[in-house]
Amino acid sequence: MGSLADQFLVLSLLINFIVLGTSRLGFAVRAVAIQGVVLGFLPALIHPFSWHIVLIVILMICAKGIIIPWLITNAIRKAEIKREVEPFIGYIPTLVLGAVCTVLAFVFAKKLPMAAEHQGLLFVPASIATLMTGFLVLTTRRKAISQVIGYLLMENGIFIFGLLLAEAMPVMVEAGAVLDLLVAIFVMGIIMNHISREFSSLDTSRLTMLKEE
Amino acid sequence: MQLSLMLFMPAVGAIIAWFTPDNRHRPYILPLFAAIHLAILGWVLIDTPPASPGGWFLLDPIGKLVILSFSILFAACAWYAVNYLRYRKERSNRILCSALLLCLSAMCLVSISQNLGVLWVALESTSVLMAPLIYFNRNARSLEATWKYLLICSVGIAVALLGIFFLAYSTIVAHQDATLLLSSLIDDAPRLNPGWRHTAFIFLLVGFGSKMGLAPMHTWKPDAYGEAPGLVGALLAGGLVNCAFLSLMRVYQIAAATQEAASFQSALIAMGLISMAFAAVFMARQSDFKRMLAYSSVEHVGILTLALGLGKGALFGALFHMVNNCLTKGVLFLSSGNIHRAFGSKNTAVVRGAIRWVPWSGALFLTGFLAITGSPPFAPFVSEFTIVSNAFTMGNYWAGSLFLVFLAVIFIGMALTVLPVVLGEPPAGETGTSEPYRDSFVSVMPLMVLMAIMLVLGIWVPSPLQTLLTEAAGLLGGGR
Repeated sequence: MGSLADQFLVLSLLINFIVLGTSRLGFAVRAVAIQGVVLGFLPALIHPFSWHIVLIVILMICAKGIIIPWLITNAIRKAEIKREVEPFIGYIPTLVLGAVCTVLAFVFAKKLPMAAEHQGLLFVPASIATLMTGFLVLTTRRKAISQVIGYLLMENGIFIFGLLLAEAMPVMVEAGAVLDLLVAIFVMGIIMNHISREFSSLDTSRLTMLKEE
Repeated sequence: MQLSLMLFMPAVGAIIAWFTPDNRHRPYILPLFAAIHLAILGWVLIDTPPASPGGWFLLDPIGKLVILSFSILFAACAWYAVNYLRYRKERSNRILCSALLLCLSAMCLVSISQNLGVLWVALESTSVLMAPLIYFNRNARSLEATWKYLLICSVGIAVALLGIFFLAYSTIVAHQDATLLLSSLIDDAPRLNPGWRHTAFIFLLVGFGSKMGLAPMHTWKPDAYGEAPGLVGALLAGGLVNCAFLSLMRVYQIAAATQEAASFQSALIAMGLISMAFAAVFMARQSDFKRMLAYSSVEHVGILTLALGLGKGALFGALFHMVNNCLTKGVLFLSSGNIHRAFGSKNTAVVRGAIRWVPWSGALFLTGFLAITGSPPFAPFVSEFTIVSNAFTMGNYWAGSLFLVFLAVIFIGMALTVLPVVLGEPPAGETGTSEPYRDSFVSVMPLMVLMAIMLVLGIWVPSPLQTLLTEAAGLLGGGR
């Protein structure tokens, strides 16, 4: 069971690099959606069957695989933009940075002791690497949609770590987390719509009116 | 029972506000439910219910202080909102009224939750609910402010969630059941794995720090405070800051029980001083008086964090300052809102001599400035004095001296903006607003009440409040 989970995690690490390397927003959204679905199946792989786990799987796949990507795709269609143009740092450098972050995550994770049942699994490095990738995307891209995609990657990273706790944590907290995520994306989606109407593009580098003189 | 009543009453108000069709009468729901909330709060404070089964919800002295301070502020803002929204007839206030009341519910949940998971959910809800409030003016500038706010706060709060997960996982590693209950975490803390614990504390400090607006994660603050309506700015600077500080205090409670207490405290001291330094630099020559208030908020979260880091006797000062900062910021933001409307601008090149145009608001803005910069006889003077004197008696001369230097620089920097705004030569002729705005009873009275509270607390602290502050400081590990 554990090795299968690890393969899923490796897949999600690869998806991180796809998102880092692509300029096509629609493609990036689909990649994050696939990552969401892959991660959504994980709890079923590492925990024994229970209705609680089934609920998490269904919630996660619906939220991360269907609803949120659908919201963002809608925003892309309305704003009529397809590509990220001129990120603050180019694609090759961010890919290299992403690789460095992933290696660092593995080094860092070695230092942290794991519970007996999670020994030798990739959860901690995958979680930290995904979080850092998300942060990279968030800080280096100009388009509001890319920044939301970065935020989603960060949330996925946190979710990977949260899986280790899925059995021990009360369901209410997770439900709350998903709900909050959904609301946050929803609010961001509305604001993205307004940004595109107000500035006739979703380029956050035009948001420069407010600064110190 | 009482706690859930307190929690759900504002939410009921939000639903009523949402379904009230009339834009003119809807704002009256705000003061009505604020009054109901204060009444329930008074009942809860006098007859405090025991912890809920499972211990998830409990109103402890720290929570009481937080909830008391932002509830008074909320009541003042709600009272003020009626008049404000009368001047903003052109815009639907349905979202504003509902989101304000829902936010009150979420802030109450933050104050009473003893489970870090629930605390996180509540804090995240307050951030999300504040976003439409900052965007109330629906123009390009407020849009930019909202986007920055939402992005930085969401990332910060996500990092904090990971920190909470790390703490929970370290309890599994220690061969116990995973728990996020504050009391068990405090008990377990010394036995948790240092690696996990240390990482968790760093993540939590960064996460809650960006929510509080500690430098260098404060960049959203000037934009959000500058563009939001005055009453929303007041709730951001008083309510949200207190909720985020409460979360930081919860982390502190856990950290204080471990061997890393000293390093965590020095991290807090460093972050506090850095925030004060940033505020001191950017406060000077601010041409927008609402942005200036935002830097004042950065300064005061710095003071709070510094005092928390100093520990022991300074904790009393930290808690007292939290209350004082909350209420004084209310006066400053609401009066600056009045001045903003009277002049139709918040640029100091245009806004001069507010005391002639709106005498009451101008005077209150000036008094609020004196209070927040720590002039006697107002309450912030007492709390800041407590903090600095404890810094020196504990032998932390560096922190104490830097604190005093920054306070002096900030006083001068703020005075350079505030004095011309209030006392300068007013611009010739009528300003651009078509409907000239003048002070009225409802737009000034809530501010007077807040200011009066600050004056009274500066001279005399009633014994129930004194007990509450001492108990709360005791929970954090500091006696007087």
